[in-house]
Amino acid sequence: MHPAEALFDALLLLSMVVLAWQGVHARNMFRAVVSFMMFGLLTAVAWVRLEAPDIALAEAALGAGLTGALLLATLGRLKPERRGARLQRAAKLSMLPWLALGLAGTMTLLAVTLALPAPGLGERVLSAMPEAGVDSPVTAVLLNFRAWDTLLEIAVMLLAVIAIWSLGQDVLASTSRLPAPSLPALVRLLFPLLVLSTFYLLWRGGHGPGGAFPAGALLAAGLVLALLAGARVPERMTGAPLRCALAAGLLAFIIIAVGVMAEGGVFFAYPPRHAPMLIAIVEIAAGLSIGVMLTALFLGGEPTDTQGGST
Amino acid sequence: MSLPPGTLFLLASALLFAIGAHGLVTCRHLLRKVLALNVAMTGVFLLLVTLGRSGTTVDPVPHAMVLTGIVVALSTTAVALGLIVRLERRRP
Repeated sequence: MHPAEALFDALLLLSMVVLAWQGVHARNMFRAVVSFMMFGLLTAVAWVRLEAPDIALAEAALGAGLTGALLLATLGRLKPERRGARLQRAAKLSMLPWLALGLAGTMTLLAVTLALPAPGLGERVLSAMPEAGVDSPVTAVLLNFRAWDTLLEIAVMLLAVIAIWSLGQDVLASTSRLPAPSLPALVRLLFPLLVLSTFYLLWRGGHGPGGAFPAGALLAAGLVLALLAGARVPERMTGAPLRCALAAGLLAFIIIAVGVMAEGGVFFAYPPRHAPMLIAIVEIAAGLSIGVMLTALFLGGEPTDTQGGST
Repeated sequence: MSLPPGTLFLLASALLFAIGAHGLVTCRHLLRKVLALNVAMTGVFLLLVTLGRSGTTVDPVPHAMVLTGIVVALSTTAVALGLIVRLERRRP
């Protein structure tokens, strides 16, 4: 490794650790949240350094962007007097044993990593790639070899939406919109671009970094931005259409997984002939559904048609 | 540099996990606990991908696992934040 690269990594990781500490222990809660968002952005850079562009895309959009928006929205809903809470000196001192534990853990991990004979499934994935139906190894793992994991993950997201909706009504509608006159104009400019990028990422997922998750995150970013600019879920969309959009990804996944059994296969074993088309269907349905689900998570409650305004 | 590749990333992932786990236990504010949980999860993700790199080829399986993990982490955070807001409203 080039010394400059090592220096860059060291600085990057050092700032990540400092920002993580700030994010947990900063005196002001707002500062903590902003530090955490910066930590998310630097983590995305770290993924690039680790040659994981798919994760970098998802982290930048989800880890830094949407999590930050969620945190800030929550912070705005909390009462101000509950925001503070300083770290006691005793708590600071109690960090020392944890630090020692962390270092000891690292040393063990390092020893284990060096001792292991090149672990991983990289070779097996590469040898199975001709049958995958897509060119990108990560998409192949996500939507073909380990599609079961992705199915369950989408189920977890849907479950999270149901859990949040069961907690109460749309909280965003009761909070005031952002007092930024330029935001609606910006959204009108950005929203079509974000939707276009969503479809670009969906298309690109087949042969490079991209795919359903970053695409869904971008779509959600556009929708959340529109919500912040004052747009509300249209009344005719609130009931069944919205629920269908939320469940579309999971449904498409299950229908295809069961459908391939009809052709004599097993659950989720795509016939290699049809694999590209099936993966494309799943990817588009999952991507759009993920976008809507992320927006629903941000809404914080089921949009009700009684209080829903126009636009 | 005599250090094996990935040492720095392993060290950082362990530190991040330590910061997160410590924060999860010591912080009293619930929002801070959520932030700490997220930091700890990032530590675990870094560890997974760094270990996946130690082979001869880049292993896509940990990448897919971490992608799944990030989305699950976001869902967890969203539900936790929803619960926190709900708790706050119930308090006098």
